[in-house]
Amino acid sequence: MNKKKKTGAGLGQLVIPLVALAILIVFNLFRDLGFFAITMRVNNSGNIVLTGNLISIIDSASELAIIAMGMTLVTAACGGQDISVGAVGAISGAVFVKVLQGMGSITVGSVILGLLLCCLATILFKLFNGTLVAVFRIQPMIATLILYSCGRSIAYWINGDATPQLNSPIISSIGMTIPGIPVPTPIFAVLLVGLLLFLVFKFTSLSLYTQSVGINAGAARLNGINPTLIKLLSFVLLGVCVSVASVIGVCRLGQLNHKTLLVDIEMDAILAVAIGGNNLGGGRFKLSGSILGAYIIQMLTTTLYAMNVAPVNVKAYKAIVIIIIVVAGSPVVKSKLTELWNRFRSSRHTRELSNRGVS
Amino acid sequence: MSDNKQRVRRLQREPLTDAQMLMIISIGIFAAMYLAAMFTLKGGFLKPQMIFDLLNDNAALIIIACSLTVVMIGGGINISVGGVIGLTVMSCALFLNGTTIESSFTSIALTFLLALGIGLAFGLVEGFLVSYLEIQPFIVTLAGMFLARGLTTILSVNPVKVTHEAFLALVKTKLKISWLGYTAQNGNLIPAKIEIGAIIAVLVVILMALMLRYSKLGRHIYAVGGNQQSALMLGINVKSTIFWSYVISGLLAGLAGFVFLMHKPAGNASVAMRGEMDAIASSIIGGTLLTGGVGNVIGTFFGAMILATIQKIIALSPLNASWWQEMANGAMLGFFIILQSVVLSARSKGRIKLRNKQRKPAAEESPTQVK
Repeated sequence: MNKKKKTGAGLGQLVIPLVALAILIVFNLFRDLGFFAITMRVNNSGNIVLTGNLISIIDSASELAIIAMGMTLVTAACGGQDISVGAVGAISGAVFVKVLQGMGSITVGSVILGLLLCCLATILFKLFNGTLVAVFRIQPMIATLILYSCGRSIAYWINGDATPQLNSPIISSIGMTIPGIPVPTPIFAVLLVGLLLFLVFKFTSLSLYTQSVGINAGAARLNGINPTLIKLLSFVLLGVCVSVASVIGVCRLGQLNHKTLLVDIEMDAILAVAIGGNNLGGGRFKLSGSILGAYIIQMLTTTLYAMNVAPVNVKAYKAIVIIIIVVAGSPVVKSKLTELWNRFRSSRHTRELSNRGVS
Repeated sequence: MSDNKQRVRRLQREPLTDAQMLMIISIGIFAAMYLAAMFTLKGGFLKPQMIFDLLNDNAALIIIACSLTVVMIGGGINISVGGVIGLTVMSCALFLNGTTIESSFTSIALTFLLALGIGLAFGLVEGFLVSYLEIQPFIVTLAGMFLARGLTTILSVNPVKVTHEAFLALVKTKLKISWLGYTAQNGNLIPAKIEIGAIIAVLVVILMALMLRYSKLGRHIYAVGGNQQSALMLGINVKSTIFWSYVISGLLAGLAGFVFLMHKPAGNASVAMRGEMDAIASSIIGGTLLTGGVGNVIGTFFGAMILATIQKIIALSPLNASWWQEMANGAMLGFFIILQSVVLSARSKGRIKLRNKQRKPAAEESPTQVK
């Protein structure tokens, strides 16, 4: 009995996103069965790849899913959101391209070096944010507003106004597909980051520490947890996520545009965290919810594109769906619905009783 | 006895000083920056017209910054204001171009009402969702921003220029003050010009300052932002207070849209892009805390003026590039945020010392009085 309740409570957070995803899938089933078709196709460089809406949804939501994971951690530990991920992602992409240009040739080694260095740069910028939040006790949104407003300028400053091109089979195999494997590489990146975080949570008490810091930092400190360290760590992990996402973003297009790389992704990432049922005020969190949220957002966007909605108008429809999802997930509506359901059940019960009494 | 009274009065005054302190710092920095610009850049900064230009160009920003301040004092946030400005400007421009009403006064009045109506609609819905359904304000207003931006592009993807003659005449109407003017090189006296939008913005600042300070709703907003639980225990209707703060914010955003149209009579999908972030920055620089309960519209006004001055200085100096401006904005914001944090913590430590010092002489005094 007790065990059953526990699993129920664990799923509780995921009910709304799962229902939303199911509704989206059913809607698409009725709209157009071909939406789900997956075909094998030979792409421009002669590799066999899987194509189809589903593959493209999972593929193009990769950056969002990776950043949403990091955002969940920061949200849980600090009780606020980092709105500078897009801008810092642009800096990270600029560093990555700068390193590759500095090395001259693009080899596996230079790509790994570039990834490491841009990881380092991102972690430094995130530590700046993290210090403001954890040491100076500034609200995360305000602290990250600084880099939000000047991050893309720093990216410009690193690489100039140009949009450098990267032409190499290694770049395209990171951004698109590795020859011989028909599944797009970014999907593996999501799996890798997810698996790493899962293992970290499985074998350390980081998850518990993060939650307790998020719920009450003072109480956590009294219990021997260092809230400053946990908050900084959440920002470092977000930094790693952002740099991986930015490298994918750069490799996907094969070029760097500091104005459009990961643009507006912070808003979508926060949305993914919220749709996943996580409390934006910190505390309890579920990474799976945020990942699910990211795929829901991407599926919604792709569905709207498939319905011939112009890309600039997608935002309006997205807003309506988001409002419906958050209203359905709001505690007030939930309790009202349960109350209604209970009343309905009890009224049926009394009717049955009265029927029995009459007979 | 009178000494005791004085001390009580001093203690009563003290809790206000944190917000006032931050406000005074931002006013001081604005003054210092302006003086520095006067000495180094000279030119336009020596004429009073520059201050009016800052007001004219940033009237809409000042209004949405006020709207943000009201919501932030109540402990919320509203990031849809930039989107609402964009939507208002676009729909008002389309309405003015498409209207067949002959009386120019009626059509302009209807446009004004349309602008307020759009803002009010957003404020009502967002307020309801945030206060009565208890959804996180960030998500609600983010959805509001997406909706407003999306509706703007649905209305028109291409820029729309206002061709309504009476409205264009209104745009050109400016208050002229001759004694603040200057003589141009050819000997003509050029009076100082103030746009109607700038006057509206200043009026909004004064009105909001009075509302927050003296009205029941304003005091309730401070109380709810400071601590919802204790506000509830004081018998304040927390939900309706939050609701009305969003309604005010939405209305002001609609008004800001109309003011924006009076400054630049053209609708465009990218109008007031990132305007909400500038507004939040202005509020913070002016001393409003995002945690709620602390803030001041006068401070916000100077916050907006600081951002506007940075923009002007960079536009007039040799570093004229958009990325320099973004860097300067970011640096300024960082400086203020850290300053606020340091000042607040130093003051909270310093005040304890101050009280101890005050108590000691008081304890020594009382026995002498008895003697």
